[in-house]
Formats: sequence, C-alpha cells, structure tokens
Amino acid sequence: MNLYLPIAEISLNVFVLVGMGAAVGFISGLFGVGGGFLITPLLIFYNIPPAVAVATGANQVIAASFSGALAHYRRGTVDLRLGTVLLIGGLFGSLAGVLLFTLLRRLGQLDLVVSLLYVVFLGGIGGLMLVESVQSILKSRSQGSGEVRRPGQHSWVHGLPLKMRFHRSKLYVSIIPVLLLGFLIGILAGIMGVGGGFIAVPAMIYLLRVPTSVVIGTSLFQIIFTAAATTILQAATNRTVDVVLAFLLMLGGVIGAQFGTQAGRKLRGDQLRALLALLVLAVGLRLGYELVVTPVERFTITLPTGEIG
Amino acid sequence: MRGGRRRNRSFTLKGLAIAAGCLALTVSGSFAQEGIETFEIGLSTNTISISSDFTGARLVVFGALDNADAKLLRQQRYDIVVVLVGPRSPAVVREKERTFGLWINRGSETFDAVPGSYALAATRPLADIARQELRQRLSLGIADLRLDSATTTGAFGQPAPEKPEEAKGQVNVSLAERRAKAAQDAGASPPGADIVTVDDYAEALKRIRQAKGLYNQSVGAVQFVSPTLFRADLYLPADLPTGTHMARAYLFRSGVFIRESSEPLYVRKSGFESYIDDMATRYGALYGVAAVLLAIFTGWFGRLVFKRD
Repeated sequence: MNLYLPIAEISLNVFVLVGMGAAVGFISGLFGVGGGFLITPLLIFYNIPPAVAVATGANQVIAASFSGALAHYRRGTVDLRLGTVLLIGGLFGSLAGVLLFTLLRRLGQLDLVVSLLYVVFLGGIGGLMLVESVQSILKSRSQGSGEVRRPGQHSWVHGLPLKMRFHRSKLYVSIIPVLLLGFLIGILAGIMGVGGGFIAVPAMIYLLRVPTSVVIGTSLFQIIFTAAATTILQAATNRTVDVVLAFLLMLGGVIGAQFGTQAGRKLRGDQLRALLALLVLAVGLRLGYELVVTPVERFTITLPTGEIG
Repeated sequence: MRGGRRRNRSFTLKGLAIAAGCLALTVSGSFAQEGIETFEIGLSTNTISISSDFTGARLVVFGALDNADAKLLRQQRYDIVVVLVGPRSPAVVREKERTFGLWINRGSETFDAVPGSYALAATRPLADIARQELRQRLSLGIADLRLDSATTTGAFGQPAPEKPEEAKGQVNVSLAERRAKAAQDAGASPPGADIVTVDDYAEALKRIRQAKGLYNQSVGAVQFVSPTLFRADLYLPADLPTGTHMARAYLFRSGVFIRESSEPLYVRKSGFESYIDDMATRYGALYGVAAVLLAIFTGWFGRLVFKRD
C-alpha cells in the first residue's frame, strides 16, 4: 500500500516504513539510543531526500525515546539531575547544529560532513567500546557484574571545578564536561538528525563513569528534549519535517521499543555494550565505504539552498 | 543544409520535386508566417491534483489544425511537437571528484531557470522535423533545452553572503573551469558561444532527470485522428513538481516553424497532503511543535497499550 508523503514529495510503501520504525525501535529500546543514527541512513537508502530524512528522523526519535524513557523512569533508572545539565548544553548545541546544517547545505558539503562525522564518531566509539567490552566479558567470566565502574579510580575529568552531586548516578563531578557533552550531542542532533545517544551512552559510561543501568534511561530522557528542539528548529528554518512519514515510523517505533526494553533487561551490561559496539561499527563502515567507492553518478542536482530539487 | 539533406533521404522519388521546393522555402524563407494555417490546442484537464495515491498520469493534448494545405497534409509534410514544461526554478549541479581517496563535491554550476519537468511528444524524430539551430532557438527537445546557465564556480559553491572571505579562501578550480581554460588555450571558441554543447553539468542534469522520468520524450506520440484533428499523449511522472506547467504545441511545415499554441496546466497537491504542506510552509515553528506533540503522544500511547512491566 503506497502513500504519498507531503514534504518528502514521494510515494512510498506504508508497511516498509512501519517495519523500518519497528526494527529501529527495538534497537532503541534495547540500547537506550534514539535510533536516529540508524533511521536516517535507512530513509536515505529508501530514496527520501537526505534533508527530510535528517529532520524527520529527529521527529521520530522523540516518540521512541519518550516511550523508552517512561519505562526507565518507572524503574527508577533515570538521573533527572544529570539529564537536565546535559540538556542545557544540548539545547545550545542543537541551535548551533541547525545553523551549521543550513550553511553546509548551501555550500553543498552537507552530505560529506554528515558521512565523515558518522564514520569518525561511529568508527572511533564503536572500536573503543568493542575492545573494552570484550575485555570486560572475558574478565568477568568468573566474577563481577559487568560494570565499568572501578571504585577509587579517577580520570582527569574528576579534577575539574564546579562540582555537583548526582545521587542517582552515585557521582560527584564537575558540570563542565557534562555541559560540553550535552553541547556536542546537540550539534550532532542538528546536523545528523540523531538524538546523540550513541555518543552520550559511551561518553557517560567511560568519561563520567555513570553506571550502565542509569546511563540508558538518562540518555533517553535527554534525547527527548534535544530531538524536540531539533525538530522545531528544522521545521521553522528548513521546512523538512514530514509528519506523515514521522508518524508511520513512530507507530512501528513504539511497538519495537517495548520489546527492545524487555530484551535489554535480560542481557548483562558488557554484553549490551559489545552488541551496540558491533552495530555502531557496522553503520560506520557502511558509510565510510560509500565515501571511498566510485559513485555511479558523479553529479547531483540541488536547489541553491542545498535542498534536493 | 544538413537537415535538408537528411530529410531527402526519406523521400520517395515521386516526392523529390516537392522536396526541392520545400528546401528552397527553408533556405530562402524568413520565419515570417506566410501560412494561413490556424492551430489550437486543448488539454484533457487543466488541473492535476496530486493526492496520496498519485503514481503518475497521462495527459492528453488535443489539437485542431485548420486551413492546412490538403496536399502537404496528405504527404505528411506537417509536423507537430507537443511539450509540457514544468515550473522553472534555479538549480545547482555539483560534481564529485576523488580527493585524498574520498569522493567530494568540487565543481558546481548554477542554472537560473531549469524546468522541473519536461515531457515531449512528436510526430517524427526531432532531427527530421527541424534543424538543430531551429531546435536550439525554440529550446525544443531535451538535448536542446535551455537551462539558462549562470555561473560556474569552484568547490564550496558561491560564497555565502555572510562569510565571503572564509569561503573564498577554500575555492578550488573546478574540473569544468579547467576544461574551459584548456579549451581556450587550445584556441577553441570563447565560452558562451557553444557552451551549451560542451557543458558537462547541463548534460548531467538532463541525464539525471531523464533517468528519473522527469524529462521524457517520445516520438510518434502525436497522431492525427482526422485530417484536422490530432492528439498527443504525454507521460507525467509520480514526482511531478507542483505549480503552473505550460503545454506548448509547435507546428512545422516541411522543416519550417509555422506557429505555436499554448495552454497552462495547474498541478497542485490535494486534500490532506496539501493541508500538511501548507501548514509546514506557512507556520513552520507551530508545525514543528505539533510534530513534537504528536511524537510524545504516540510514545506515551505506545506505553499504555504495551504495558509490559
């Protein structure tokens, strides 16, 4: 059953779109990532203009993360205080990201920057996480809970001023790295149409040393707002949010997310991290391959603003 | 003269004398309309509504040719070309080049007024109907379609108005510029004279739009249903651009352009789609807020329905 999408201006199969949403929703619930880094490339592969895919991806991420965050909130695995500090940085980052998006698109370099960002971040984070989690799995075969947290061990992050206590996360750290992390996530949200979960989750685990269980709920909480800000800014400046498309994706997404959250509880922290690392690496490699392989068509047509014409 | 010779090839011996006469007419004749033929067209519909199930359409253009020379008509010396030209808008064509192993957008060319779509139907191959310079003058056929080329720039497009110095610092000579320079060095004709025939960017634009079905032409799709009535079948693709299209019919007599007749066609989105599109255009920020609320509601509703913990 095909449906004409009013903003994407293309007629696509409804069931494929809902299915896509469900698959990404499952992963989103499982790992506590919004799934934006998967949905945006998927939409582009399905012929949706990249600009619409980015903005609509941000919109769909809200539903999945809201659903997931609610589940985590009930279980008491959301650190609202940490999430709020991240968010403050995130809102400023989101604004900067959307402005950067508009500028890059006009220069014709948006696709390149987006792909490079994906490759660098996904490749780097995926690689580091994979190495760490595999080590952790091997080490904890006999003992341990699979947590990164090692009491008494401090990194340079813990030496910064303006410290704040986060009870839920059992943390006492400076808010500077938290704000910076939020800002970075916001920029990525604006340019890549992602909630930034795939950056936030590992950064909270490895840099701030937040327990894995709290990280996922907090990340989802933070993503809701960053993605919401991105959606509104994209709609206001670039007119690229397709509500019909977003709704179909959400429909699949919320269903998938419930099952994902359930499945996530059955896995241990280090196993979860290893799986996420593999997924992140796979998407990164796929995008990197596309930059290197000789394109079938070397020319592209856009409007002067960079929109696909 | 080349066109004349090519026409002769298809002539029977009996028609040779008349052909010679026609040829003389072509050569000596100005484009003054000495013919008394009257020529009118009508469309099967003057509005096309794009609804959610739009998958492309056929447009039938009817036309009447009166006071035609019966003898010439019998010998099929009249040719008709019908085109439907979509709304014109500016377009930027970019070319990727391999740079440090990566495929990056480098050169670009901006076209002022490119038709969003172009469908053509003709009685015979265009090369048999009119000489190339005439086709070029009338902007007839995909190969000779005028795109109104404006500027050729290096990488990073035209400098963004707010930060010209930054953009200028990164301009690289594009492939097209190098080619143009090489052509000049070789003593070729100055740019502008026959730029249309050597422009890779224009060729690419036409090639891409042809592959998408946005530009199409079919020979033999104009047929006489009676000595004075003809019909043309035009193919309209699923992603037909909205706006005012112009249907134009050109009448040729033995290679001479006689007159044209035109009729507008309005293409607009209908129903729910047009409402959404309208909202997104006029109230961008509000639309964004609505999209966010929809996402939150969907996420919350998903939790209610799938309460699994």
